Amino acid sequence: MDPFVLARIQFATNISFHILFPAITIGLAWMLLFFRIRFTQTGDKAWEYAYFFWVKIFALTFAMGVVSGITMSFQFGTNWPGFMEKAGNVAGPLLGYEVLSAFFLEASFLGIMLFGKDRVSNRLHLLSTFLVAFGTTLSAFWILSLNSWMQTPAGIQMVDGVVMVEDWWAVIFNPSFPYRFFHMLIASFLTAAFLISGVSAWRARSGVDGPATWKVMRAGVGVAAILAPLQIFIGDLHGLNTLEHQPAKVAAMEAVWETESAVPFNLIAFPDEQARENRLAIQIPYAASLILTHDPQGEVQGLNEFAGEHPPVAMVFWSFRVMLAIGGLMVLVSWWASWQLRGGREPHRALLLTLSAMTFSGWIAVLAGWYVTEIGRQPWIVQDLISVQEVVADHASATMTGTLLGYVLLYAFLLVSYIGAMRHMATKPAASQALGPVTFTTQPSAQH
Amino acid sequence: MEFWLPIIYMAAMGLALLIYVILDGYDLGVGILLPLAEESEKDTMIASIGPFWDANETWIVLGVGILLIAFPLAHGIVLTHLYLPVTIMLMGLILRGVAFDLRVKAGDHRRALWNRAFFAGSLISAMAQGWMLGAYVTGLRDGSTSVLFSVLIALTLPALYVVLGCGWLNMKTEGTLQRKSHLWGGRAIWPMGLGLGLISIATPLVSPAIAAKWFSLPNALWLAPIPLVTLASFVGIVLTLRTSSEQQAAQPWRVFGLTVLICLMASLGLAYSLFPHIIIGQMTIWEASASVSSLLFTLVGVALTLPMILAYTFVVYRIFHGKATALSYD
Repeated sequence: MDPFVLARIQFATNISFHILFPAITIGLAWMLLFFRIRFTQTGDKAWEYAYFFWVKIFALTFAMGVVSGITMSFQFGTNWPGFMEKAGNVAGPLLGYEVLSAFFLEASFLGIMLFGKDRVSNRLHLLSTFLVAFGTTLSAFWILSLNSWMQTPAGIQMVDGVVMVEDWWAVIFNPSFPYRFFHMLIASFLTAAFLISGVSAWRARSGVDGPATWKVMRAGVGVAAILAPLQIFIGDLHGLNTLEHQPAKVAAMEAVWETESAVPFNLIAFPDEQARENRLAIQIPYAASLILTHDPQGEVQGLNEFAGEHPPVAMVFWSFRVMLAIGGLMVLVSWWASWQLRGGREPHRALLLTLSAMTFSGWIAVLAGWYVTEIGRQPWIVQDLISVQEVVADHASATMTGTLLGYVLLYAFLLVSYIGAMRHMATKPAASQALGPVTFTTQPSAQH
Repeated sequence: MEFWLPIIYMAAMGLALLIYVILDGYDLGVGILLPLAEESEKDTMIASIGPFWDANETWIVLGVGILLIAFPLAHGIVLTHLYLPVTIMLMGLILRGVAFDLRVKAGDHRRALWNRAFFAGSLISAMAQGWMLGAYVTGLRDGSTSVLFSVLIALTLPALYVVLGCGWLNMKTEGTLQRKSHLWGGRAIWPMGLGLGLISIATPLVSPAIAAKWFSLPNALWLAPIPLVTLASFVGIVLTLRTSSEQQAAQPWRVFGLTVLICLMASLGLAYSLFPHIIIGQMTIWEASASVSSLLFTLVGVALTLPMILAYTFVVYRIFHGKATALSYD
């Protein structure tokens, strides 16, 4: 196979695997801080149990993120050496700031957070939990700044094909950065919220629950009910920003071929790049114009304006729809769950089933969202300035195929092990959890 | 500025990689020793490195980060050339890193599997790093001498890590496990010494440019402390490892400290051999350097954060000082 295609598949495999774990830890770190503070405030052992139950899963997830992240830091050079040669003046410092300000902070205080309970004061342990959460968010800040700069480059000049920085402020706070940063932060909180409610629901259904399980489920559902609608709002702002700076990506997201007014929204369509049209489109009239321009008659640029320089359409189009569908589902489920759990009520079994089924829904939405934005940037590595084709390393196809196979097998094995370990931890009966008054226990099979 | 900035960054990169070799070196060494220990001792061994390994591993990210920040033109060449050993090292580090948690969290029936993964990951990473070092020192050229040299270092770097790991276990454990670490150290020291000796002889033979820098007067005179201190440290380790276990336990720092001294001397020697090249015979640090504006921008961050990093690293080591207790991932 073409080494270029192999390099892209390999990088996509790595980055897709990697993002699964930060997507959990960024949000979960703050939730752990919340559990920790609640315990300090109330002295309720259930909050302490919640903290130490979830900190184990956090540690495992964090380790998965660390090791796959180190892979990323090397693959920039092994797979895309030209990127560093051309854009190193921006990419280097931003990645450097991530390592210096965030990686060491998280890694050092994680040790205290996990093992320091009996060795440090409550205050220092709280502070460590905060610093780990702060570090994960700071890490996201730098890496999303760089990624956004690749989408909407600013503050630079090209001198002999090399990026030279003129204004660091403009580089870091480039046009798409605020939207992408908050979109990803909220995505991570939603991923973590559905993870903790899903695992709690699973524990409740299996009868290994206790007071902590229900506190955690309420916290997760509450966070989701507030953030899921907010995410749709931020996502809309992000989309408008993309329309302004990367119209070809938006045209692919909506599978709009011709520039026209009063564009319908394709609910379902099968974009055909050869024929440059959609087959079997089910549409909502005026909706795309309304969403993108906030005017039913608004004009939307079509893909044909960017012939030869637009991303593959079907992948972007479908990824976008998967993300939207899960986002919508998250709103419905979190509101339904809030209603069911209101005032300490006992939830219906169907809710517990639904929440368990949604345990990893955040992962799918996060991956789909990143596919939209990353595939949507193609054929550029830095939008309109540097193409992916011109920065690829020239390794032998056989080498690339071999290492790709190695990565795929390793990651598949790790993913199975990760979910297996989580299942194992979630199944453990909460012996020490039987502390404090039990508000209600669920024995779903007996009650429903 | 254009002259000094690349030198500052070269020094910072060398320092980050030296710290990595020492800190993750003992982690990897402990991992390589794992199959030799009893089941109950394995938990103590891993508990002794548990709070530290993550931050230790971050130093290699900083090292490769500085290569990327300061020398973007060399970054691509080095990593493209080292593609295979880097990939193998990464897979090793991945296995080792996740095994910390999975060996206790995936259930008792999986523990033996993850202990093996921990060992294999540690050994694979150590060997791949040796291979990378060998290929780098010979100027990233293909050819049989280069391959032979890389194989040589790939086989000896794990021995150095094992000696570091033994020194670490002497400080952090007690009783039977501590006595075993003395025994293991006594065995690993010989392949390590042999490797260091062969590398010292082979490096000038492989690279005439390096030979010229070392064996001309008066350079040879003021460089003499480097091999002499290395040799003295080596003899010191050998003599210490021959004393009784009680005596070694009474001097917990000695083996570890002397091995660190050897690493320091080796890195000074290497830095002298390389300078001013970032890739021997191909590219100097000035040719590979990023723009002054970018280097200055990052230097501000380095100046602000590095003292903080060192400070809280110190705090973490203070908090977890003393013998490793049965702190558990479970």
